[in-house]
This record gives sequence, C-alpha cells and structure tokens, in this order.
Amino acid sequence: MAKVLVVTSGKGGVGKTTSTAALGAALAQNGESVVVIDFDVGLRNLDLVMGAERRVVFDLINVVHGVAKLQQALIRDKRLENLWLLPASQTRDKDALTDEGVGRIIAELRTKFDWVLCDSPAGIERGAMLAMRYADEAVIVTNPEVSSVRDSDRIIGMLDSKTVKAEQGERVTKHVLITRYDPARAARGEMLSIDDILEILATPLLGIIPESQDVLRASNVGSPVTLNNADSAPARAYFDAARRLMGETVDMIVPTERRGLMNRLLGRRAA
Amino acid sequence: MSMNLLRLFSNRKASAPVARERLQILLAHERGLRGQPDLLATLREEILAVVSRHIQLDPEKVTVRLDRGPTVSTLEVDIEVPNNFEQTKVHAGRRVGAV
Repeated sequence: MAKVLVVTSGKGGVGKTTSTAALGAALAQNGESVVVIDFDVGLRNLDLVMGAERRVVFDLINVVHGVAKLQQALIRDKRLENLWLLPASQTRDKDALTDEGVGRIIAELRTKFDWVLCDSPAGIERGAMLAMRYADEAVIVTNPEVSSVRDSDRIIGMLDSKTVKAEQGERVTKHVLITRYDPARAARGEMLSIDDILEILATPLLGIIPESQDVLRASNVGSPVTLNNADSAPARAYFDAARRLMGETVDMIVPTERRGLMNRLLGRRAA
Repeated sequence: MSMNLLRLFSNRKASAPVARERLQILLAHERGLRGQPDLLATLREEILAVVSRHIQLDPEKVTVRLDRGPTVSTLEVDIEVPNNFEQTKVHAGRRVGAV
C-alpha cells in the first residue's frame, strides 16, 4: 500500500526541502520505491537539492494541465534507480495547481510507488494546502525556536481539519522532525529542549537532526545528505527517521559528529 | 559541568524556559480561536448592516478594532458618516434624525 507523506512546517527555511530529499533518498536506500514531489510552484528547489536541476523538462503543472504525461515529467535519480522526482514549475504561479488535478496525480502515483513524498512550500496558502490535501502521514519539520514551533502548531491544526483524511473523519498520522538541533545549547538552557517542543506540540517525534555543516555541503553538490555522506551525523539521523517511517522501532538518539583522533586531540572540528 | 560553571560566573540566565512559557501561553490562546469565524469580520459586517438601515454608509469607512489589555479589552468601532446624512433617505418614507 502506497503512503502519501507531506513534509511541511508553515515557517520557511527550517529544512523541508533538505528533509524531503534526505528522507526520500533514505527510504530508497532501504529498498523502497519513492517519488518526491515539489509543490513550491514558482520557487522550486527540490530539483537543485537533489542535483537534477538540468534534467527538468516537464513539471507538475504540465501534468496537471495535461500538457505532459506523468511518465514524461518524472525524473529518475542518477544514483538510486528507485528514487524519482516530480519537479515544480518555475514560471507559473501557485494558482495553476488545482485540487482536482493534484488529486488525480497523487492517485496515479499511489499505484506506482511505495512512497509519495510531498515537499510543501512555506506558508499556509494554496500550495501548502494542496501539498497536505491528500496526505496519509505528515512530517512537521520544526526548529527549536519559538516562531517555528508556533507555526508548526498552526500547521498541525490544518492537518487535522483541511485534509481529505480529516474531512472523512479520519486522521493524518503526524510526526515531528526536529532539525538544526544543538544538544549542547539545549543542555545549557539556551535552546528549547526536545521535551519542551514535544510537550507543546503534543505530537510524536520522528527524529532529531543535529545542526551540521554536512547539510550545506550536501546541498552545495546537489546530493541528499544520506547519499552524500551516509556516515555523517545528520545522515544517520535521517536514516533512523526513515526506518521509523517504515514501522521499525529505533532508539531515539541524537547522532554526534565522529571526530578523528588527531582532531580530537587538537580540539579541531572536522573540516 | 564546565558549561554550568561558566554560567554560574557569567550570570547569564537560561532563555529556553522563557521561550517555553511564552509559547505555552500564546498557543493556548491561539488554539482557542482556531476554527471559529473571524470575530472582528463578523462584528464589522453586522454593525455595518444595522447602521446602514438608517444611514447610507461607505462600507470602507467602517473600522472595528479590538485591543487586548491585561485585565480589560476595548472594542473600538469607528464609523465615518457623510455630513449630509440627515438628508439621506435610506428607506422610502423614513428620515433619519441626528444621532
């Protein structure tokens, strides 16, 4: 049974696209067939983070409008044969998406893939609404910071009321993914703790992604962090999160950077 | 350990508990409002309807504001009325006196 999962947050810049790419790749690395869809019409970036920006021919809007077939718009990842991308349009505006059109495409993708990951745009406008509309599950990406937590709370409210599942009296399965977490600062009381965030949002935790230089390094070269450096702390955290999505029970730990002996002795950070 | 010692000397207070408390108060309030129709929009519409029965109004000139204070809140209704409103007949046969 295919699962449709929206990666959402309300607030911008918290790591939705990074997390979509990393979770999508991690699921594919675990043998699942995955398609990631960019819903950020006009400001597409999932193609860039995945390193497929030069291979975009047709996009989501073209498929919605019947200009292209789904098979023509889907881009297969060069590294993982069971990972696919459906890019957003860079030229059209968000009104070009229709509820009915998105529903039709999601229904078709459900028949072809194990996972359909929808990368939501920021905000609570049409694009964000349509990204969550047909979801079975939601990953709410949250930074340990007041404005992000507030917006996550708002998005949780929308997931419980504006989705097809909610309208049918069912529930979207929700998970919080905490990104850019700094355990040292949290321990010093300078950053909201995991417990604080979970208590406030009253939503189960999918994973804790530590703040790391590896994330920028991966997006620089157009590779999901789980593919670019599978041993890095954020990659291990995303792998754990992906396994939890697949129903496994994985101990919740915050992976830390593995530092070489010389670096440790010299107190240097790995470059 | 060393960090706690540092904090002891630097006399900087942990800010996370403040963040947590502010969020809890704010979200308790916002969750209460969620799903309810926009109170101010409803008030504005109904006030406009009532006054329009007697005075012809430009709907744009009606503002409704709610200021929340610590103990009491104020509802401020500001309606701009044209100068010749006394001569303006709204309903056939009915004149509107000074307000």
